[in-house]
Amino acid sequence: MRFGPFQATRSLIRCALFFTPLALSLAATTVEPIRVGQFASLTGKEASFGVAAHQGVVLAVEELNARGGVLGRPVEFLVEDIESKAGESATVVKKLIARDKVVAILGGNASTNSLEAAPICQAAHVPMIAISSTNPRVTAMGTYIFRACFIDPFQGAVLAKFARETLHAKHVGLLTSVSAPYSVGLSKVFRERFTAAGGEIAAEQKYTEGDKDFRAQLTALKALQPDAIAATGYYTEAALICQQARALGIDVPIFGGDGWEAPQLLELGGKAVEGTYYSTHYSAESPAPEVQAFIRKFRARYDGQVPDAVAALGYDAMMLLADAMQRAGTTDGPRVRDALAATKDFPGVTGRTTIDAQRNTSKPAIILTVRDGRVQFVTAMRP
Amino acid sequence: MSEFLQQLLNGLSLGAIYALIALGYTMVYGVLRFINFAHSDVFMVGAFIGYYMGKLVPEGTLWGGLAVLGVAMIGCALLGMTIERLAYRRLRSAPTLNVLITAIGVSLLLEYTGQVFFGAAPRNFPAIFPVRNFQIGGVIIGSNQLIVIAVSVVLMIVLQLIVYRTRIGTAMRAVSLNPKAAVLMGVNNDVVISFTFGLGSALAAAGGILYALNYPSIDPLMGVMPGLKAFVAAILGGIGNIPGAALGGLILGTVETFVSGSQWSTYKDAIAFAILIIILLFRPAGLLGRFTVEKV
Repeated sequence: MRFGPFQATRSLIRCALFFTPLALSLAATTVEPIRVGQFASLTGKEASFGVAAHQGVVLAVEELNARGGVLGRPVEFLVEDIESKAGESATVVKKLIARDKVVAILGGNASTNSLEAAPICQAAHVPMIAISSTNPRVTAMGTYIFRACFIDPFQGAVLAKFARETLHAKHVGLLTSVSAPYSVGLSKVFRERFTAAGGEIAAEQKYTEGDKDFRAQLTALKALQPDAIAATGYYTEAALICQQARALGIDVPIFGGDGWEAPQLLELGGKAVEGTYYSTHYSAESPAPEVQAFIRKFRARYDGQVPDAVAALGYDAMMLLADAMQRAGTTDGPRVRDALAATKDFPGVTGRTTIDAQRNTSKPAIILTVRDGRVQFVTAMRP
Repeated sequence: MSEFLQQLLNGLSLGAIYALIALGYTMVYGVLRFINFAHSDVFMVGAFIGYYMGKLVPEGTLWGGLAVLGVAMIGCALLGMTIERLAYRRLRSAPTLNVLITAIGVSLLLEYTGQVFFGAAPRNFPAIFPVRNFQIGGVIIGSNQLIVIAVSVVLMIVLQLIVYRTRIGTAMRAVSLNPKAAVLMGVNNDVVISFTFGLGSALAAAGGILYALNYPSIDPLMGVMPGLKAFVAAILGGIGNIPGAALGGLILGTVETFVSGSQWSTYKDAIAFAILIIILLFRPAGLLGRFTVEKV
């Protein structure tokens, strides 16, 4: 495992904190725990998503265990690091199912990872809840695959509406990461909905994950004088795109999807990300009581840190699963699956969640902006 | 037109960095006839030394930036010499393949040790030089791009002077021509080879810092792609040939940028490598290289 020394110690402490009460309760009752597995990028360039999702899930598990567990049994939670690498998800999910005998899988932040894990969960009849994978193909992989977040067509439609109605943009330049299904899907829907709303795509420029030089693409876009630029990839590239765009004298608004949601966007982007917008699943500024209660618990657990959307989705995913198990009255894969599919108006932190026939959720998207070095709420939107 | 000039400038500043890294590959090849695959990771270490040094000097000052550059170059020169002493020197009489595999081993060692010490998450490289943008016509010139080009040109001139105007440079050329004869003429090969590694690694460090200045997100695997491109640049220009490496780097950087800016941006690496293959079909020794028959 490639942990930094600091992260390794931290996760050791976390494990110790988590497993001690569990071990005690086990000794006392000898009830067999319910094993739930998560796969997440705890290191590497998508680590921000993985770590946040993991924090959210851990918070939910601790809360459930403090309440006496699920179905009277404690929840034992296992996490595997996929290191932001292609191919790792399949390997670790196979291990979680075959060796650790988990009853359900949580995870998948990047859609690529969920697409790898889904066929394995489907074949083993183990329910999987993707945490923040918004590509529609994820839940289409099989009847055991669910998700806690909205899907790209929804988000693309919201972004198109936002660009057209709030930013009053007519010509938009599009920057797509061709190696990320998430970005390709989001760009496609954005293009369709934006042109349908009377807008025009000036040009679509492409890059691949891990690229650092976007000057060429941005210079080509600049020549077309767009009113705004949509960058549908993830935060590392988004931060560099904003920096290089500003350095090239492009001062139109730049916006993206929930792939931007990470503290690193501000750290890497600095002043260049001021005035940019992105859509996401939840805002910490929402006055809803369940959101404020979640933030309070999260801050108490993680030294005052404010949870981001992915952490909220991780928490919701675990709670959705616990709710389904409770209703099913068992941890048996097919019956938990049926209970999950029947979820209706579940009061999640990211909104009231209903699972539809395609095993997707529907709830409004939130638009955020970066102002004065801080992420601020703009509006909640449905397409 | 202004778009063309802007892309040309973008391409030249990218190419200048490839050129700096390519010089290290080409110099080591010239002297030892093997490809030092660990070179691209010395480049990464250079950027990380810059990252930590950058926290010690005030941000955005010229002297601060130059100090960081200097320390990183010295640090990496020492690292390069150490790698040569510990890993390659014992293998000097061994077949080239053994050294090549060792080089790949050293490369992986540096990358994964880097992940242990620095962590795998990308970090934001500080703005160590003053940042300003100049506008001439429709072309925007960033001060970092100017610094990249200026530092690269200065270093290449210094390198040319060292190789052709100093005793150690003469010795380097002698070892490159015929190591055995050089020993007979009283050249200390160990010192010359060590110096070559030091010099090449210092250039890699400079490349690493300039790269990080332009693309300020650094991680322990950041050297892999630029390293590969620089290696291609060295071959393109004619491996073992110093002006060739510089020319190869500039060509590759410019082509890549123009392809990225066109509608075929997805194929930028494919096109860059296709050009390499085409050039090597017609000039197997590279643009400026001389073809010599290897005696096995």
